[in-house]
This record gives sequence, C-alpha cells and structure tokens, in this order.
Amino acid sequence: MPTELENIKAEVKDLNFYYGDVKALKGVNLKIPEKKVISLIGPSGCGKTTLLRCFNRMHDFYTNHSHTGEIILNPEGVNILDRKIDPIEVRMRISMVFQKPNPFPKTIFENVAYGLRVRGVTKRSVLLERVEKALTVSALWNEVKDRLDQQAFNLSGGQQQRLCIARALAIDPEIVLFDEPTSALDPIATARIEELVSELKKEVSILIVTHNMQQAGRISDYTGFMYMGELVEFGDTDKIFTNPKEKLTEDYISGHFG
Amino acid sequence: MELKTNYKRQLLINKIFDVFFKYLGLFFLICALIALLALIGNLVSEGFGRLSFQFLSSFPSRFADKSGILSAWVGSFAVMLMTALFAIPLGVASGVYLEEYAPKNKITTFIELNITNLAGVPSIIFGLMALGLFVYKMSLGQSIITAGMTLGLLVLPVIIVTTREAIKTIPVHIREASYAVGATKLQTIRYHILPYSAGGIITGIIIAMSRAIGETAPLITIGALTFIAFLPASPFISQAPFVSTQWMFDPFTVLPIQMFNWVSRPQEDFHTNAAAAGLILIVFTLTLTAVAIIIRNYFRKRIKW
Repeated sequence: MPTELENIKAEVKDLNFYYGDVKALKGVNLKIPEKKVISLIGPSGCGKTTLLRCFNRMHDFYTNHSHTGEIILNPEGVNILDRKIDPIEVRMRISMVFQKPNPFPKTIFENVAYGLRVRGVTKRSVLLERVEKALTVSALWNEVKDRLDQQAFNLSGGQQQRLCIARALAIDPEIVLFDEPTSALDPIATARIEELVSELKKEVSILIVTHNMQQAGRISDYTGFMYMGELVEFGDTDKIFTNPKEKLTEDYISGHFG
Repeated sequence: MELKTNYKRQLLINKIFDVFFKYLGLFFLICALIALLALIGNLVSEGFGRLSFQFLSSFPSRFADKSGILSAWVGSFAVMLMTALFAIPLGVASGVYLEEYAPKNKITTFIELNITNLAGVPSIIFGLMALGLFVYKMSLGQSIITAGMTLGLLVLPVIIVTTREAIKTIPVHIREASYAVGATKLQTIRYHILPYSAGGIITGIIIAMSRAIGETAPLITIGALTFIAFLPASPFISQAPFVSTQWMFDPFTVLPIQMFNWVSRPQEDFHTNAAAAGLILIVFTLTLTAVAIIIRNYFRKRIKW
C-alpha cells in the first residue's frame, strides 16, 4: 500500500456504481498517491474503465446510472462525485486519454491548444508556448514542429495518441487518466507511450487502465487488480506481481483466467 | 457427383438472374433518364429562342413579345432570401436542440415523430394555414414576408432532419475528447459539432431551398399576384439608416406563378414565354444543387476521424 509518507492526491471511498440495476463497482476503496503511476488491471467487464470514468465525471453524459460513495480530490478534500460540484471544473483538473486515438479533425496546433481555448486563452504567444511545452513533454515536438498547421489525421496512429496525450497535458492537469492507451497501437508505438508515461509521473499523478499485465508491471508504481466490480487487491506493483496476497490475483496474473 | 452437377446448374440459374436484373435495372434507369431529357429538351426547344436580355428585364405585358420575368425572378429571389432568413436559424437551432439538449423521453420522441410527419404534409395545407395565420391574424398581408415564412415552415422539417442526421455522424469519441479537457456543451457545439456537420447541414439547406423555389400552390393560396408590373421597394435607401425593410411587406410574384399564368392563356406565344421562364427556373435549381455538391465535397475532404 502507499505509505503514509506520500501525499495522497485522490481517494476513492466506498464507491458503488450501478448501470440500471447492474452493480458495476462494489465498495471500491483506493488511494492515489501524488506523482505516481497507478495501474488497474483485470479481465474485461471488471469495472476498471467504469472506475476510471468516475474520476472525470464522464458518466454524466449518459443516463440510467447511479452511485454511492465518494472520490475525494486533495488538497481541498472535495468530493468530485458530488452533484453540487461542477463536472466541467473536475475535467479541467483531471484530464483523460482514450483507448482509441481521437484527435479532432483540426490542425495539430488546434488540437493541443483546444483545452486552453475553452479556458479563454486567446493570446497566440501564450498558446504557442503551452502547445510547444505539451508537445515536447509528449515527445512529439520534433516530429511535428514544422507542420503544426497540418491536419492531425495525417499523423500515424502512435503520433495521434501522443498528440492526444499532449492535448490532455496542455491544460496542466493534476491527474491524467489513461484508458487502455496502447490497445490500438503497434509494439513500437506502445513502447514510446510507455516511456512517456514513466516520464510524465514527474509532473502529474497517473491512473492507467490496461489489459496488458506486462505493461502494468513495466510502468506502474502501484497496481490494483479488479474482478467483478471489486478491487480485489491493491499494492506495490512488485508485490502484486511476485507475491500477491489473494489467490484470485495470483490466478489472474499467472494466466489461469482472464 | 450428383451434388456437383446440381450445384453447377444452380450456379448457372443464379448467374442468369444476376445478368437479368442488371439489365433490368439499366433499362429502368435509361427510361427515367429519357423522360428527364425529353422534358428538358422540350423546354429548351420551345423556350430557348425566347431567352434574351429583354425577357429578363421586362415586366409582364398584354403582348407576349414584350413580356418578361423581371418581377418574377426578383420576387423568387426575395422570397428565397426571406425563406432562408426564417428557416435556417430556426431549423438548425431546432436540430441542434433536439440532438444535443433535448432529454430522451416520450415527449421528445413525439415531437421528433411529428417533425418527420410535417415533411410529408401537402404544401397547399401550409398555404391554407398561412392564409389564416400570417395574412389575416398577423395582418402581414399578401407580402414577401408572408411567402417567406410560409415556405420557411414548409422546408423547416427538411432542415431539422438533415441537421440532426449530420450531427449524428459525429462519433461519440470526438465529443468525449472535447468534454474531457473541460469544454462546456456550448463550446463543444461551437468548436466541434457545428463545424464538423456544416457540410451536411448546408447541403440540407440548399436541397430545402431548391424545393421551396419551385413551390406554387401555397403561394397562390396566400394570394400572390399573378400579374405584377412593379418591383418591391429597394432594400437600400438614401437616408439613414440606408436600409429599409419595406420590400418585405410588398406584394410579389414568383417564377412558377408567372409560368402558371402564361400557360393558362390561350395564345401560343405566351406558352413560349412559359417555357423560357421554366428554363430559367431549372437553371436556378440545377445551380443550387451543383453548389450543394461542391460544398459537400469541400467539407468532406476536411473531415476525417
């Protein structure tokens, strides 16, 4: 478990989540330490993406769901799942990278600048500076610096995903959520994204959902194993992979099911 | 062995049907094309000789050779402008509201169903409604604004439906990407939904306009004049504020009504005039359709997910 010495960026408390009558999350408790990478692994339909999408209130766009419990965001200690909290404010602090690269059909520059534009930044020099910084951190700057005005869909899949990461970073988020960010990419592009995630944790807290257990092992400080809506086990990545406490975790990691 | 021969025989039959239907389809297509060409050919052979500057710049007259379509094409143009001013904001806003804001419940479904039904209501019904509501209740008279609003209502369902269809083609992951960086609904509509669906929406608007330009029945119902020898007031005036809305309240005629008027006369020369006016109307419509296609291709090239 994260030690008491670390700053806790966010904390999930007794979270239950329902799609209609189906209970998708069952009493999840989880602490997200600051500037670490946390992986969530587990078989399809275990609730890991549902949990991830709670963090930036993505469920708000769909009907027929409900929840009990809290996600506390520090340092203020606000419950971001509270109906009184504006989801837009939550998304300004917690951004997300999706499973499939989803750049806007706009220029490379406008894609990264979009999060700033919705905040009312219009000064070209400020936009340019922030876009360059975000693209540099996303390891894309050198590849695209001469063609910022070209359409983003002309980039390769891996480049598109790094562009989406730049878009998520340009707004200086406190937490970045990754929903299986490499599942649509080839191994080389995947390796680059993984390197990138390891670099990013110097700046932000990262919560990443992945199907790929090796990936979780390579990049994360802490790993949570989810099964049927429950967080079965959560702890240091090394411990989870070498010496899990739960039989279920061991079975999943050694490939007995999943 | 038996199975194999059966199989070959069946294949032969299938192939014969295949070829048969291919040529049957081609035959019907050619029939339709011939009918269309004959129609246009007839108009051209009858009316083309009558087209001249005099024809475009003269008012109708008792004498066929002195008649022209000046008041008709100016009227058509003014009515189209009014229709567009009325129908585009209403139609696009309704489409965006229904697709983006409306709660998904039974009332919304009921409204959607009725909008689709409205598209199938005969145009003369719109004319009757407009006569009662715009001409008498709202005292707008038999004016360009009445005509514009009538035709606007008539094509409103087309614009609403095409707007919604265009918006529906935008993938969910693009919307989510916008919301995920903290955009509001309005920002998402302004920066993504409208720009990406603009091609489809504009195409729908133009299709709607090319339907409106040929409408006759509702305009006759509201009392458009069939013989008119003056133009609506100029929209520009010499004193401040230099623009005037007087033209909206002037009487008018439109191309199809002028044609109808000429066709119903016994003299052969007026029929020639009608054919020439018909040619102008077809050129109008074809131009609009061509513009729609160009705009659609322009936007398609720019949008890729």
